[in-house]
Amino acid sequence: MRFFAALLLIQFSGLALAAAPTEARQKEISHLVRQDCGSCHGMTMAGGLGLPLLPETLRDKPKESLVATILYGRPGTAMPSWEPFLTEVEAEWIVEMLLKGQF
Amino acid sequence: MRLLSALFTVLLLLQGCANAPLRGTGDLGVVIERASGSVQVVDTTRRSSLGKIAGLGDLSHASLNYSRDGRYAYVFGRDGGLTKVDLLAMRIVGRVMQSGNSIGGAISQDGRLVAVANYAPGGIKVFDAVTLELVADVPALDEAGRPSKVVGLVDAPGNRFVWSLFEAGEIWVGDFHTPRKPELRKYRNVGKDPYDAMITADGRFYLAGLFGEDGLAMLDLWNLDAGVARVLDGYGRGEQKLPVYKMPHLEGWAATGNELLVPAVGRHEVLVVDQGTWKEAGRIPVHGQPVFVVARPDNRQVWVNFSFPHNDTVQVIDVPSRKVVHTFKPGRAVLHIEFTPRGEHAWLSARDDHKVLIYDSERFDLLGELPADSPSGIFFTHRAHRTGL
Repeated sequence: MRFFAALLLIQFSGLALAAAPTEARQKEISHLVRQDCGSCHGMTMAGGLGLPLLPETLRDKPKESLVATILYGRPGTAMPSWEPFLTEVEAEWIVEMLLKGQF
Repeated sequence: MRLLSALFTVLLLLQGCANAPLRGTGDLGVVIERASGSVQVVDTTRRSSLGKIAGLGDLSHASLNYSRDGRYAYVFGRDGGLTKVDLLAMRIVGRVMQSGNSIGGAISQDGRLVAVANYAPGGIKVFDAVTLELVADVPALDEAGRPSKVVGLVDAPGNRFVWSLFEAGEIWVGDFHTPRKPELRKYRNVGKDPYDAMITADGRFYLAGLFGEDGLAMLDLWNLDAGVARVLDGYGRGEQKLPVYKMPHLEGWAATGNELLVPAVGRHEVLVVDQGTWKEAGRIPVHGQPVFVVARPDNRQVWVNFSFPHNDTVQVIDVPSRKVVHTFKPGRAVLHIEFTPRGEHAWLSARDDHKVLIYDSERFDLLGELPADSPSGIFFTHRAHRTGL
Protein backbone atom coordinates (compact mmCIF):
# COMPACT_ATOMS: atom_id res chain seq x y z
CA MET A 1 0.00 0.00 0.00
CA ARG A 2 2.76 2.34 1.00
CA PHE A 3 4.56 1.38 -2.18
CA PHE A 4 1.46 2.17 -4.19
CA ALA A 5 1.16 5.58 -2.54
CA ALA A 6 4.80 6.26 -3.29
CA LEU A 7 4.24 5.28 -6.91
CA LEU A 8 1.25 7.58 -7.10
CA LEU A 9 3.33 10.38 -5.64
CA ILE A 10 6.04 9.85 -8.22
CA GLN A 11 3.46 9.81 -10.92
CA PHE A 12 1.91 13.05 -9.63
CA SER A 13 5.18 14.87 -9.35
CA GLY A 14 5.95 13.57 -12.82
CA LEU A 15 2.68 15.04 -14.00
CA ALA A 16 3.43 18.33 -12.32
CA LEU A 17 6.77 18.47 -14.08
CA ALA A 18 5.22 17.58 -17.39
CA ALA A 19 2.62 20.33 -16.95
CA ALA A 20 5.08 23.10 -16.01
CA PRO A 21 3.99 26.32 -17.71
CA THR A 22 5.10 26.74 -21.31
CA GLU A 23 7.56 29.50 -22.10
CA ALA A 24 4.82 31.75 -23.46
CA ARG A 25 2.70 31.17 -20.39
CA GLN A 26 5.70 31.84 -18.12
CA LYS A 27 6.01 35.22 -19.78
CA GLU A 28 2.34 35.97 -19.12
CA ILE A 29 2.61 34.86 -15.51
CA SER A 30 5.77 36.92 -14.93
CA HIS A 31 3.91 39.95 -16.24
CA LEU A 32 0.98 39.19 -13.93
CA VAL A 33 3.28 38.80 -10.92
CA ARG A 34 5.24 41.99 -11.57
CA GLN A 35 2.29 44.15 -12.49
CA ASP A 36 -0.72 42.80 -10.62
CA CYS A 37 0.79 41.12 -7.56
CA GLY A 38 3.08 44.14 -7.71
CA SER A 39 0.22 46.58 -7.09
CA CYS A 40 0.32 45.51 -3.43
CA HIS A 41 3.69 43.77 -3.07
CA GLY A 42 5.71 46.21 -5.18
CA MET A 43 6.89 45.69 -8.74
CA THR A 44 10.27 44.59 -7.40
CA MET A 45 8.55 42.44 -4.72
CA ALA A 46 10.07 44.65 -2.01
CA GLY A 47 6.64 45.13 -0.42
CA GLY A 48 3.94 47.79 -0.33
CA LEU A 49 0.62 47.55 1.45
CA GLY A 50 1.28 43.80 1.08
CA LEU A 51 4.31 42.06 2.56
CA PRO A 52 7.63 41.84 0.75
CA LEU A 53 7.97 38.67 -1.37
CA LEU A 54 11.74 38.51 -1.46
CA PRO A 55 13.64 35.20 -1.13
CA GLU A 56 14.83 36.08 2.40
CA THR A 57 11.28 36.82 3.59
CA LEU A 58 9.81 33.62 2.10
CA ARG A 59 12.59 31.10 2.67
CA ASP A 60 11.38 29.91 6.08
CA LYS A 61 7.76 29.45 5.05
CA PRO A 62 6.50 26.05 3.86
CA LYS A 63 6.15 25.98 0.09
CA GLU A 64 2.68 24.39 0.21
CA SER A 65 1.34 27.20 2.33
CA LEU A 66 2.77 29.77 -0.08
CA VAL A 67 1.07 27.98 -2.97
CA ALA A 68 -2.18 27.83 -1.00
CA THR A 69 -1.94 31.54 -0.21
CA ILE A 70 -1.66 32.36 -3.91
CA LEU A 71 -4.51 30.08 -4.92
CA TYR A 72 -6.96 30.69 -2.10
CA GLY A 73 -5.92 34.03 -0.60
CA ARG A 74 -5.72 34.80 3.10
CA PRO A 75 -9.10 35.42 4.69
CA GLY A 76 -9.17 38.46 6.96
CA THR A 77 -6.43 40.18 4.92
CA ALA A 78 -6.37 41.95 1.57
CA MET A 79 -4.80 38.91 -0.16
CA PRO A 80 -7.35 37.62 -2.70
CA SER A 81 -7.65 34.20 -4.30
CA TRP A 82 -5.86 33.97 -7.65
CA GLU A 83 -7.40 30.61 -8.47
CA PRO A 84 -9.54 32.06 -11.28
CA PHE A 85 -6.36 32.99 -13.15
CA LEU A 86 -3.76 30.40 -12.13
CA THR A 87 -3.51 26.63 -11.92
CA GLU A 88 -1.83 24.87 -9.01
CA VAL A 89 1.21 24.09 -11.17
CA GLU A 90 1.47 27.75 -12.12
CA ALA A 91 1.25 28.83 -8.48
CA GLU A 92 4.02 26.34 -7.63
CA TRP A 93 6.14 27.78 -10.42
CA ILE A 94 5.56 31.32 -9.05
CA VAL A 95 6.68 30.22 -5.58
CA GLU A 96 9.83 28.66 -7.01
CA MET A 97 10.65 31.81 -8.96
CA LEU A 98 9.94 34.03 -5.95
CA LEU A 99 12.29 31.93 -3.83
CA LYS A 100 14.97 32.40 -6.48
CA GLY A 101 14.26 36.11 -6.66
CA GLN A 102 13.52 35.87 -10.36
CA PHE A 103 10.70 38.34 -10.93
CA MET B 1 43.17 84.71 -22.21
CA ARG B 2 41.33 83.15 -19.30
CA LEU B 3 39.24 86.28 -19.03
CA LEU B 4 38.41 86.10 -22.71
CA SER B 5 37.30 82.49 -22.50
CA ALA B 6 35.17 83.28 -19.43
CA LEU B 7 33.57 86.16 -21.30
CA PHE B 8 32.92 83.87 -24.23
CA THR B 9 31.23 81.34 -21.94
CA VAL B 10 28.99 84.02 -20.45
CA LEU B 11 28.09 85.15 -23.94
CA LEU B 12 27.21 81.62 -24.97
CA LEU B 13 25.07 81.17 -21.87
CA LEU B 14 23.23 84.41 -22.50
CA GLN B 15 22.60 83.37 -26.05
CA GLY B 16 21.28 80.04 -24.80
CA CYS B 17 18.82 81.89 -22.58
CA ALA B 18 17.73 84.15 -25.39
CA ASN B 19 17.03 81.16 -27.60
CA ALA B 20 14.82 79.36 -25.05
CA PRO B 21 11.43 81.00 -25.45
CA LEU B 22 9.73 82.14 -22.27
CA ARG B 23 6.75 80.05 -21.36
CA GLY B 24 4.34 79.37 -18.50
CA THR B 25 3.72 75.95 -16.98
CA GLY B 26 -0.09 76.07 -16.71
CA ASP B 27 -0.55 73.71 -19.63
CA LEU B 28 2.20 71.29 -18.67
CA GLY B 29 2.07 67.97 -16.92
CA VAL B 30 4.10 64.93 -15.96
CA VAL B 31 3.57 61.31 -16.99
CA ILE B 32 5.17 58.64 -14.81
CA GLU B 33 6.93 55.81 -16.65
CA ARG B 34 6.70 53.23 -13.92
CA ALA B 35 9.02 50.50 -15.18
CA SER B 36 11.96 52.67 -16.22
CA GLY B 37 12.13 55.21 -13.39
CA SER B 38 11.59 58.08 -15.76
CA VAL B 39 9.00 60.80 -16.34
CA GLN B 40 7.87 62.68 -19.41
CA VAL B 41 6.98 66.36 -19.38
CA VAL B 42 3.92 66.89 -21.56
CA ASP B 43 2.19 69.90 -23.06
CA THR B 44 -1.61 69.73 -23.02
CA THR B 45 -2.07 72.55 -25.53
CA ARG B 46 0.04 70.98 -28.26
CA ARG B 47 -0.74 67.48 -27.03
CA SER B 48 2.92 66.62 -27.22
CA SER B 49 5.80 65.40 -25.11
CA LEU B 50 8.55 67.90 -24.35
CA GLY B 51 10.99 65.23 -23.29
CA LYS B 52 12.00 62.58 -20.83
CA ILE B 53 13.83 62.83 -17.50
CA ALA B 54 15.42 59.64 -16.14
CA GLY B 55 17.03 58.63 -12.86
CA LEU B 56 14.07 58.82 -10.47
CA GLY B 57 14.53 55.32 -9.03
CA ASP B 58 11.67 52.83 -8.52
CA LEU B 59 8.47 54.49 -9.76
CA SER B 60 6.38 51.30 -9.74
CA HIS B 61 4.00 53.16 -7.43
CA ALA B 62 4.50 56.87 -7.81
CA SER B 63 2.68 60.12 -7.35
CA LEU B 64 3.63 63.76 -7.21
CA ASN B 65 2.73 67.23 -6.06
CA TYR B 66 3.51 70.56 -7.66
CA SER B 67 5.17 73.64 -6.22
CA ARG B 68 2.74 76.55 -6.05
CA ASP B 69 4.44 78.23 -9.02
CA GLY B 70 3.77 75.12 -11.10
CA ARG B 71 7.41 74.83 -12.09
CA TYR B 72 8.62 71.97 -9.91
CA ALA B 73 7.21 68.48 -9.42
CA TYR B 74 7.98 66.58 -6.20
CA VAL B 75 7.89 62.94 -7.26
CA PHE B 76 7.41 60.25 -4.61
CA GLY B 77 8.81 56.86 -5.64
CA ARG B 78 8.14 53.42 -4.24
CA ASP B 79 11.72 53.07 -2.99
CA GLY B 80 11.49 56.08 -0.68
CA GLY B 81 13.04 58.47 -3.17
CA LEU B 82 11.82 62.06 -3.23
CA THR B 83 12.86 63.79 -6.45
CA LYS B 84 12.38 67.45 -7.31
CA VAL B 85 12.02 67.94 -11.06
CA ASP B 86 12.21 71.29 -12.88
CA LEU B 87 9.63 71.15 -15.69
CA LEU B 88 11.10 74.10 -17.57
CA ALA B 89 14.78 73.16 -17.39
CA MET B 90 13.73 69.50 -17.82
CA ARG B 91 16.07 68.18 -15.20
CA ILE B 92 16.31 66.85 -11.65
CA VAL B 93 17.24 69.64 -9.23
CA GLY B 94 17.12 67.68 -5.96
CA ARG B 95 16.77 64.13 -4.76
CA VAL B 96 16.80 62.43 -1.36
CA MET B 97 16.34 58.79 -0.40
CA GLN B 98 14.18 59.44 2.62
CA SER B 99 12.88 55.97 3.56
CA GLY B 100 12.87 52.38 2.38
CA ASN B 101 9.35 52.27 1.01
CA SER B 102 6.91 55.12 0.46
CA ILE B 103 3.44 55.59 -0.95
CA GLY B 104 2.85 59.28 -1.66
CA GLY B 105 3.03 62.79 -0.36
CA ALA B 106 1.54 66.24 -0.02
CA ILE B 107 2.59 69.88 -0.19
CA SER B 108 1.60 72.34 2.51
CA GLN B 109 -0.88 75.18 2.06
CA ASP B 110 1.94 77.75 2.12
CA GLY B 111 3.98 75.70 -0.35
CA ARG B 112 7.02 75.59 1.92
CA LEU B 113 6.82 71.99 3.11
CA VAL B 114 6.69 68.69 1.29
CA ALA B 115 5.55 65.71 3.35
CA VAL B 116 6.06 62.06 2.41
CA ALA B 117 4.00 59.09 3.63
CA ASN B 118 6.15 56.07 4.37
CA TYR B 119 5.48 52.36 4.75
CA ALA B 120 8.93 51.39 5.98
CA PRO B 121 9.78 52.73 8.44
CA GLY B 122 6.18 53.88 8.87
CA GLY B 123 5.59 57.56 9.42
CA ILE B 124 5.79 60.88 7.66
CA LYS B 125 8.85 62.94 6.90
CA VAL B 126 8.58 66.63 6.14
CA PHE B 127 11.06 68.49 3.94
CA ASP B 128 11.83 72.07 3.05
CA ALA B 129 10.29 72.52 -0.42
CA VAL B 130 13.23 74.59 -1.66
CA THR B 131 16.22 72.66 -0.33
CA LEU B 132 14.71 69.22 0.47
CA GLU B 133 16.29 69.52 3.91
CA LEU B 134 14.53 67.34 6.51
CA VAL B 135 12.56 69.50 8.95
CA ALA B 136 10.37 66.97 10.78
CA ASP B 137 10.20 63.21 11.23
CA VAL B 138 6.96 61.85 12.73
CA PRO B 139 7.00 58.05 13.21
CA ALA B 140 3.61 56.33 13.09
CA LEU B 141 3.51 54.45 16.38
CA ASP B 142 0.34 53.39 18.11
CA GLU B 143 -0.20 53.59 21.88
CA ALA B 144 1.74 50.38 22.40
CA GLY B 145 4.63 51.67 20.30
CA ARG B 146 3.95 49.41 17.32
CA PRO B 147 4.71 50.84 13.86
CA SER B 148 2.12 51.36 11.13
CA LYS B 149 2.26 52.09 7.44
CA VAL B 150 1.06 55.58 6.62
CA VAL B 151 -1.59 56.04 3.93
CA GLY B 152 -3.87 58.83 2.76
CA LEU B 153 -1.54 61.77 3.47
CA VAL B 154 -3.09 65.10 2.37
CA ASP B 155 -2.62 68.79 3.02
CA ALA B 156 -5.34 70.79 4.75
CA PRO B 157 -6.02 74.48 5.40
CA GLY B 158 -4.21 75.87 8.43
CA ASN B 159 -0.89 74.55 7.14
CA ARG B 160 -1.84 71.12 8.35
CA PHE B 161 -1.23 67.62 7.08
CA VAL B 162 -3.65 64.76 7.77
CA TRP B 163 -2.78 61.06 7.44
CA SER B 164 -3.94 57.58 8.43
CA LEU B 165 -2.24 54.60 10.06
CA PHE B 166 -3.06 51.34 8.26
CA GLU B 167 -2.36 48.73 10.95
CA ALA B 168 -3.32 50.88 13.94
CA GLY B 169 -6.54 52.22 12.42
CA GLU B 170 -5.84 55.84 13.39
CA ILE B 171 -6.11 59.30 11.84
CA TRP B 172 -3.55 61.95 12.77
CA VAL B 173 -3.72 65.68 12.19
CA GLY B 174 -0.46 67.66 12.30
CA ASP B 175 -0.39 71.44 12.50
CA PHE B 176 2.85 72.61 10.86
CA HIS B 177 2.75 76.31 11.60
CA THR B 178 6.03 75.67 13.41
CA PRO B 179 7.46 73.08 11.02
CA ARG B 180 10.10 71.67 13.35
CA LYS B 181 7.61 71.30 16.20
CA PRO B 182 4.34 70.10 14.71
CA GLU B 183 1.32 69.89 16.98
CA LEU B 184 -0.25 66.47 16.63
CA ARG B 185 -3.78 65.36 17.31
CA LYS B 186 -4.46 61.63 17.15
CA TYR B 187 -7.74 59.82 16.64
CA ARG B 188 -7.59 56.18 17.71
CA ASN B 189 -9.83 53.29 16.65
CA VAL B 190 -11.28 54.94 13.58
CA GLY B 191 -11.92 51.58 11.86
CA LYS B 192 -10.12 48.52 10.54
CA ASP B 193 -7.37 48.93 7.90
CA PRO B 194 -7.74 52.44 6.48
CA TYR B 195 -6.11 51.90 3.05
CA ASP B 196 -6.30 55.37 1.51
CA ALA B 197 -8.00 58.69 2.14
CA MET B 198 -9.02 61.92 0.47
CA ILE B 199 -9.96 65.42 1.47
CA THR B 200 -12.87 67.29 -0.12
CA ALA B 201 -11.84 70.11 -2.47
CA ASP B 202 -12.76 72.76 0.13
CA GLY B 203 -10.36 71.12 2.58
CA ARG B 204 -13.05 70.47 5.18
CA PHE B 205 -13.79 66.74 5.28
CA TYR B 206 -11.12 64.05 5.48
CA LEU B 207 -12.43 60.62 4.54
CA ALA B 208 -10.51 57.38 4.96
CA GLY B 209 -11.67 54.24 3.16
CA LEU B 210 -11.63 51.10 5.29
CA PHE B 211 -10.55 47.80 3.83
CA GLY B 212 -11.29 45.71 6.90
CA GLU B 213 -14.92 46.76 7.13
CA ASP B 214 -17.58 48.42 5.03
CA GLY B 215 -17.71 52.13 5.61
CA LEU B 216 -15.59 55.26 5.74
CA ALA B 217 -14.04 57.13 8.65
CA MET B 218 -14.76 60.86 8.41
CA LEU B 219 -13.14 63.77 10.20
CA ASP B 220 -14.64 67.27 9.96
CA LEU B 221 -11.62 69.58 10.10
CA TRP B 222 -13.86 72.51 11.05
CA ASN B 223 -14.79 70.68 14.21
CA LEU B 224 -11.91 68.56 15.43
CA ASP B 225 -13.52 68.08 18.85
CA ALA B 226 -16.40 66.17 17.29
CA GLY B 227 -14.01 63.30 16.59
CA VAL B 228 -14.11 60.77 13.78
CA ALA B 229 -17.54 59.67 12.58
CA ARG B 230 -18.39 56.54 10.64
CA VAL B 231 -20.20 57.12 7.38
CA LEU B 232 -21.74 54.61 4.99
CA ASP B 233 -21.51 52.22 7.89
CA GLY B 234 -21.98 48.65 6.71
CA TYR B 235 -23.09 49.64 3.21
CA GLY B 236 -22.59 46.12 1.97
CA ARG B 237 -23.63 44.19 5.02
CA GLY B 238 -24.57 40.61 4.30
CA GLU B 239 -23.34 40.80 0.73
CA GLN B 240 -20.49 38.69 -0.53
CA LYS B 241 -17.48 40.83 -1.29
CA LEU B 242 -15.47 39.91 -4.40
CA PRO B 243 -11.75 39.33 -4.15
CA VAL B 244 -9.97 42.69 -4.54
CA TYR B 245 -7.11 42.58 -7.07
CA LYS B 246 -6.22 46.23 -6.72
CA MET B 247 -7.00 48.71 -3.97
CA PRO B 248 -9.12 51.65 -5.10
CA HIS B 249 -7.42 55.04 -5.06
CA LEU B 250 -9.36 57.60 -3.15
CA GLU B 251 -7.61 60.72 -4.30
CA GLY B 252 -9.75 60.70 -7.36
CA TRP B 253 -13.05 60.54 -5.56
CA ALA B 254 -15.47 62.70 -7.36
CA ALA B 255 -17.15 65.36 -5.27
CA THR B 256 -19.90 66.73 -7.46
CA GLY B 257 -21.26 69.41 -5.15
CA ASN B 258 -24.01 67.66 -3.20
CA GLU B 259 -22.83 64.16 -3.80
CA LEU B 260 -19.66 62.19 -3.51
CA LEU B 261 -19.04 59.31 -5.91
CA VAL B 262 -16.94 56.65 -4.28
CA PRO B 263 -15.47 53.37 -5.54
CA ALA B 264 -17.02 50.43 -3.68
CA VAL B 265 -14.42 48.00 -2.34
CA GLY B 266 -14.89 44.47 -3.69
CA ARG B 267 -18.00 45.35 -5.69
CA HIS B 268 -18.77 46.27 -9.28
CA GLU B 269 -20.34 49.50 -8.10
CA VAL B 270 -19.79 53.19 -7.65
CA LEU B 271 -21.47 54.43 -4.49
CA VAL B 272 -23.28 57.74 -4.32
CA VAL B 273 -23.03 59.48 -0.95
CA ASP B 274 -25.24 62.42 -0.01
CA GLN B 275 -22.87 65.05 1.35
CA GLY B 276 -25.58 66.63 3.49
CA THR B 277 -26.52 63.52 5.45
CA TRP B 278 -23.46 61.35 4.67
CA LYS B 279 -25.85 58.52 3.85
CA GLU B 280 -25.84 56.27 0.81
CA ALA B 281 -27.91 57.94 -1.90
CA GLY B 282 -27.55 55.27 -4.54
CA ARG B 283 -25.36 52.75 -6.28
CA ILE B 284 -24.34 52.72 -9.90
CA PRO B 285 -23.57 49.28 -11.37
CA VAL B 286 -20.36 49.37 -13.40
CA HIS B 287 -18.17 47.03 -15.46
CA GLY B 288 -15.74 45.93 -12.74
CA GLN B 289 -14.24 46.99 -9.43
CA PRO B 290 -13.54 50.71 -9.74
CA VAL B 291 -10.04 52.04 -9.05
CA PHE B 292 -10.22 55.73 -9.96
CA VAL B 293 -13.54 57.58 -9.99
CA VAL B 294 -12.67 60.96 -11.48
CA ALA B 295 -15.04 63.87 -12.02
CA ARG B 296 -14.66 66.03 -15.09
CA PRO B 297 -14.00 69.55 -13.81
CA ASP B 298 -17.60 70.63 -14.57
CA ASN B 299 -18.82 67.67 -12.45
CA ARG B 300 -21.31 66.62 -15.07
CA GLN B 301 -19.43 63.42 -15.88
CA VAL B 302 -17.44 60.93 -13.92
CA TRP B 303 -14.91 58.63 -15.61
CA VAL B 304 -14.10 55.28 -14.03
CA ASN B 305 -11.31 52.77 -14.62
CA PHE B 306 -11.16 49.29 -13.18
CA SER B 307 -9.06 46.77 -11.38
CA PHE B 308 -7.53 43.64 -12.94
CA PRO B 309 -8.95 41.74 -14.86
CA HIS B 310 -11.24 44.50 -16.15
CA ASN B 311 -8.52 47.12 -16.58
CA ASP B 312 -8.90 47.41 -20.36
CA THR B 313 -12.18 49.28 -19.97
CA VAL B 314 -13.24 52.81 -19.03
CA GLN B 315 -16.79 53.91 -18.35
CA VAL B 316 -18.33 57.37 -18.28
CA ILE B 317 -21.15 58.07 -15.84
CA ASP B 318 -23.59 60.91 -16.50
CA VAL B 319 -23.95 62.41 -13.04
CA PRO B 320 -27.51 63.88 -13.26
CA SER B 321 -29.02 60.56 -14.43
CA ARG B 322 -26.46 58.36 -12.62
CA LYS B 323 -26.24 56.22 -15.76
CA VAL B 324 -23.26 54.84 -17.62
CA VAL B 325 -23.44 56.66 -20.96
CA HIS B 326 -20.26 55.41 -22.57
CA THR B 327 -18.15 52.27 -22.30
CA PHE B 328 -14.95 51.82 -24.25
CA LYS B 329 -11.71 49.87 -24.32
CA PRO B 330 -8.86 52.35 -24.75
CA GLY B 331 -6.06 49.83 -24.30
CA ARG B 332 -4.47 47.23 -22.09
CA ALA B 333 -4.14 48.08 -18.39
CA VAL B 334 -5.60 51.58 -18.16
CA LEU B 335 -4.10 52.85 -14.90
CA HIS B 336 -5.01 56.51 -14.64
CA ILE B 337 -7.28 59.27 -15.92
CA GLU B 338 -6.45 62.99 -15.80
CA PHE B 339 -8.55 65.82 -17.18
CA THR B 340 -7.11 68.99 -18.66
CA PRO B 341 -7.70 71.94 -16.32
CA ARG B 342 -11.08 72.86 -17.78
CA GLY B 343 -12.00 69.34 -18.74
CA GLU B 344 -12.22 69.34 -22.54
CA HIS B 345 -9.82 66.41 -22.81
CA ALA B 346 -9.14 63.32 -20.75
CA TRP B 347 -5.67 61.77 -20.81
CA LEU B 348 -5.49 58.04 -20.10
CA SER B 349 -2.46 55.85 -19.55
CA ALA B 350 -2.50 52.37 -21.10
CA ARG B 351 0.39 50.64 -19.35
CA ASP B 352 0.67 47.49 -21.42
CA ASP B 353 0.20 49.29 -24.74
CA HIS B 354 2.91 51.80 -23.75
CA LYS B 355 0.73 54.73 -24.74
CA VAL B 356 -0.92 57.80 -23.33
CA LEU B 357 -4.27 58.35 -25.05
CA ILE B 358 -6.01 61.69 -25.38
CA TYR B 359 -9.80 61.75 -25.66
CA ASP B 360 -12.35 64.46 -26.31
CA SER B 361 -14.49 64.36 -23.17
CA GLU B 362 -17.71 65.34 -24.93
CA ARG B 363 -17.70 63.23 -28.09
CA PHE B 364 -15.32 60.56 -26.76
CA ASP B 365 -13.21 60.71 -29.94
CA LEU B 366 -9.58 59.70 -29.70
CA LEU B 367 -7.63 62.86 -30.50
CA GLY B 368 -4.10 61.62 -30.23
CA GLU B 369 -1.65 59.36 -28.51
CA LEU B 370 1.88 59.64 -27.17
CA PRO B 371 4.32 56.77 -26.77
CA ALA B 372 5.39 56.18 -23.15
CA ASP B 373 7.19 53.36 -21.38
CA SER B 374 4.65 51.57 -19.08
CA PRO B 375 2.86 54.81 -18.23
CA SER B 376 0.97 55.04 -14.94
CA GLY B 377 0.10 58.35 -13.24
CA ILE B 378 -0.64 61.47 -15.27
CA PHE B 379 -0.50 64.75 -13.34
CA PHE B 380 -1.23 68.20 -14.75
CA THR B 381 0.05 71.39 -13.12
CA HIS B 382 -3.36 72.80 -12.16
CA ARG B 383 -3.07 70.43 -9.20
CA ALA B 384 -0.64 73.02 -7.79
CA HIS B 385 -3.60 75.13 -6.71
CA ARG B 386 -5.92 72.47 -5.34
CA THR B 387 -6.08 71.36 -1.73
CA GLY B 388 -5.48 67.63 -1.41
CA LEU B 389 -3.77 67.21 -4.78
